[in-house]
Amino acid sequence: MIAKLKSSYGSGIEPLTHLGQNYMVVDRSLIPEILQVLRDQEQFDYCVDITAVHYPKREKQFDVVWVLYSFARNQRIRVKTQIADGDSIASSVPLWATANWLEREVYDMFGIKFDGHPDLKRILLPDGWKGFPLRKDYGILQQDNEWVQINLGIESGQ
Amino acid sequence: MHAVVNYIQSYLDSNQTPGAAGNFFWATIYILLVFGGLSIAVIAMNWLERKILAHMQVRLGPMRVGPHGLLQPIADALKLLLKEDIIPAEADKTVFWVAPFIVVLAAFTVFVVVPFGPTHAITDMNIGILFMLGVSSLSVLGIVTAGWASNSHYPLIGALRSSAQMVSYEVAMGLAVVSVILMTSLNEASTGTLSMIGIVEAQQAQQQWFVFKFFPLGLIGFFIFAVAMVAETNRAPFDLPEAESELTAGFHTEYSGFRWSLFFLAEYSAMIAVSSIAVTLWLGGWLRPFPNALQGPTWDLVFSLIPGLTFLFLAGMTFYSTVRMPKHPLFRVQTIGLAGFGALLGVIGLILFIPGVRVRVQDIFWFSAKVAAFMYLYIWYRGTFPRYRFDQLMKVGWKVLLPTGLALLILTALVAMRSELLADVRGVWHP
Amino acid sequence: MTEPRSLSPLDLETPEQTFLDANELVINMGPQHPATHGVLRVILRLDGEKVMGLECVIGYLHRGVEKIAENRTYTMFNPYVDRMDYVAAVSNALGYCEAVEKLLSVEAPPRAQYIRVILTELNRMASHQLWLGTHALDIGAITPLFYTFRDREEILKIFEKYCGARLTTHAFRIGGLQYEAYEGFEKDVKNFVSFVKPKIDEYEELLTTNRIWLERTKGVGVISGKDCIALGVTGPVLRASGVQWDLRKAQPYANYKNFDFDIPTGQNGDTYDRYIVRMMEMRQSLRIIEQAVEGIPEGPIMAKVPKVMKPPVGEVYHSIEAPKGELGYFIVSDGSTQPYRIRVRPPSFVNLQALELMCRGQLVADVIAVIGTLDIVLGEVDR
Repeated sequence: MIAKLKSSYGSGIEPLTHLGQNYMVVDRSLIPEILQVLRDQEQFDYCVDITAVHYPKREKQFDVVWVLYSFARNQRIRVKTQIADGDSIASSVPLWATANWLEREVYDMFGIKFDGHPDLKRILLPDGWKGFPLRKDYGILQQDNEWVQINLGIESGQ
Repeated sequence: MHAVVNYIQSYLDSNQTPGAAGNFFWATIYILLVFGGLSIAVIAMNWLERKILAHMQVRLGPMRVGPHGLLQPIADALKLLLKEDIIPAEADKTVFWVAPFIVVLAAFTVFVVVPFGPTHAITDMNIGILFMLGVSSLSVLGIVTAGWASNSHYPLIGALRSSAQMVSYEVAMGLAVVSVILMTSLNEASTGTLSMIGIVEAQQAQQQWFVFKFFPLGLIGFFIFAVAMVAETNRAPFDLPEAESELTAGFHTEYSGFRWSLFFLAEYSAMIAVSSIAVTLWLGGWLRPFPNALQGPTWDLVFSLIPGLTFLFLAGMTFYSTVRMPKHPLFRVQTIGLAGFGALLGVIGLILFIPGVRVRVQDIFWFSAKVAAFMYLYIWYRGTFPRYRFDQLMKVGWKVLLPTGLALLILTALVAMRSELLADVRGVWHP
Repeated sequence: MTEPRSLSPLDLETPEQTFLDANELVINMGPQHPATHGVLRVILRLDGEKVMGLECVIGYLHRGVEKIAENRTYTMFNPYVDRMDYVAAVSNALGYCEAVEKLLSVEAPPRAQYIRVILTELNRMASHQLWLGTHALDIGAITPLFYTFRDREEILKIFEKYCGARLTTHAFRIGGLQYEAYEGFEKDVKNFVSFVKPKIDEYEELLTTNRIWLERTKGVGVISGKDCIALGVTGPVLRASGVQWDLRKAQPYANYKNFDFDIPTGQNGDTYDRYIVRMMEMRQSLRIIEQAVEGIPEGPIMAKVPKVMKPPVGEVYHSIEAPKGELGYFIVSDGSTQPYRIRVRPPSFVNLQALELMCRGQLVADVIAVIGTLDIVLGEVDR
């Protein structure tokens, strides 16, 4: 399967294995197509999870990760892509309905925008929240102090 | 002094209810007695429900306030009275204020015609049963106004559910009642009666409880009424208007403290009220079991001893648990309290053996015992059944109970006509 | 594969208008409500009693578990996972420990594996019992709650004897177990199994053939297998819709492949089938426990793991079959003592997404039944 994908997309795909788990790093532009192919032709009908990892020192700061599972093959695969801060990526809600909340959570925590998502807004945090907490450069201390200053009127709670 | 004794004596020998005799003094005394008795019954019911439900659910229930939690209802009542009475800012204050009183009034007024014995009723109206159904259905007004005045979503939905439910089930209930009224007309004069006392007397005359009359027609009617009355009082499994898991508390979500306790009081007295209708109409009211099969002075004596024996049995139970109380100084007060309670029950039991009291009280005892059986049923339902959904509730009301009720009425009429004809031919009025 | 249905959100821009000019009522169920199992808030749009649409508002219990993980060592984070699905803490710990073990390329010794399986299955029992009690309570049957809690207590007693805690147990360590099974552990477990078997029959007696229970659960909250897969719904909900999929069989972890058990499934995907599936799962759990307790081998309980854990650079996704569905951990290591990123794939969160599909067009009372049947734990939804 991987070989087939590799042959048709060439350098856009880099299939890898770590600790016996398959994953592939895919070019950002190929993501919608690859996901479509994986779902329709390779029977990865169950989107387990969508998440992201933040690498602030990299040029393309974010890894977006799809964990897919195929009931027919009993196989898992992870699809990874790298995107820069401010870039958006195609939403996979049309492919898997479950992506709705998962993408909202990624947006909530990392600020990654998904194009074509029906209702991209914060899910776990309140609507007026500032910043994206799971980014590595998000200052928890600073957030705490700010809250203390505004709500308790003292300089620092630490 | 002598005059007073004579006055009481003259009343005790009278064969009319105070209302029917136009005796306002005794009527007032009766009203106070019924009111007090009901309040005690509701308090007792509160304790019993919690205890019985608890034992059904493998737990102990209230155990802390007083021995076996006997004083818990009093503690609760005190708490409710002392609680802050909250009226929501957006509520319609007047209506909000009035609603619980409508419910309570409706629930209590019903007892004007409930016959605890041939003379033990506040009054005997010739339209007694009609009055009872009419007044008890007024309580829906209180519930709807309570839900509406709260100006909140859950109470509103609760009130809507409640009004739809009570109206639907009243129809089936009415049909079952009418079939009983048909049965009362089976006598030589062919005169039926709507009077509560008259209905019991008809059962006495026909020597049969109406639940067994025209078997199985009487039983079906009784069954319809027994289902409809649970729905009428908003109890499980028909407790949708106050469905806790859906509507938090239904129509009384916004009520607290004393006002809430009024709803509570009304609910329980309504339960007692509909149970007394069922007892009066189908289970022979105050009549003791087997009045015709086990006749004669010996049996009369035996049955008149049962009230006293029941209380002595309860006293015995209480003493048994007193002995079983933990022998620890901390429990001393509780043990003494329980023993005192047992002694009280025992004394009541002994008083009930006094011949003069025995004869006069046994009617009330049998009536209360039958009502108590219904009360136990209510608790049992609550411990056993899940809650119906609204559409299913309506389905049961309109598609099952109503057609059954109609068919029952027609069949009862036909069978009654046949037996009347037969009686005319034979010239004997005997079932 | 069907096209996933669009889950369009509610138009709540002008609730006042909606309320005034149409026969629709917008009602706010929760976050404080007796039947939302915590702090779930559901905004319902009602036409009479019929649900025209709903939107879940979650996050009231958000504690930032994933952010906490980035500031703790692997060992320090271990107790935190117990606090997600707090009624099935042992399962959470199993998933986390196995994921880190995978990252470290170590495996817990067999004795530890057996004890882990026993505790995890006991916890599945406890979780299902809690579900049954609360679900029945939501539907209006108050008695099963007390029966299930009485029996769940016995499980918690075993936990307490084993590790000192009842709910958030922190029973497992990365690489095996901290504590050896206590004296009489096997006897306790065996006693529990023989004690609880008739009790399950007792629950079923109360509900399975109860007319009102049948009416309230049959045909309520129906979801097809295809919709389940599209929505990522797993666990008993998926199995009740006819998909025979259980990670314990599909991709066996721990030593589940050594045990003989069945995967119960339903056909209709309604609330009643989910109830039946969970009841059967309890019996299967007992089967596994019986086999495991017979076969506990002797030996060490802890694999060789370094005191200071520094997993090699890399990432791993490991998932287990928690009582609620697939519980996954995606861990990224940068070679330091602290995880670079831990992502938890919570089954409750994903399952809750199906609520709208299952409730639309049903009545208010069914929403309560469906929330109960999805078996969500808000600690896990919000993390």
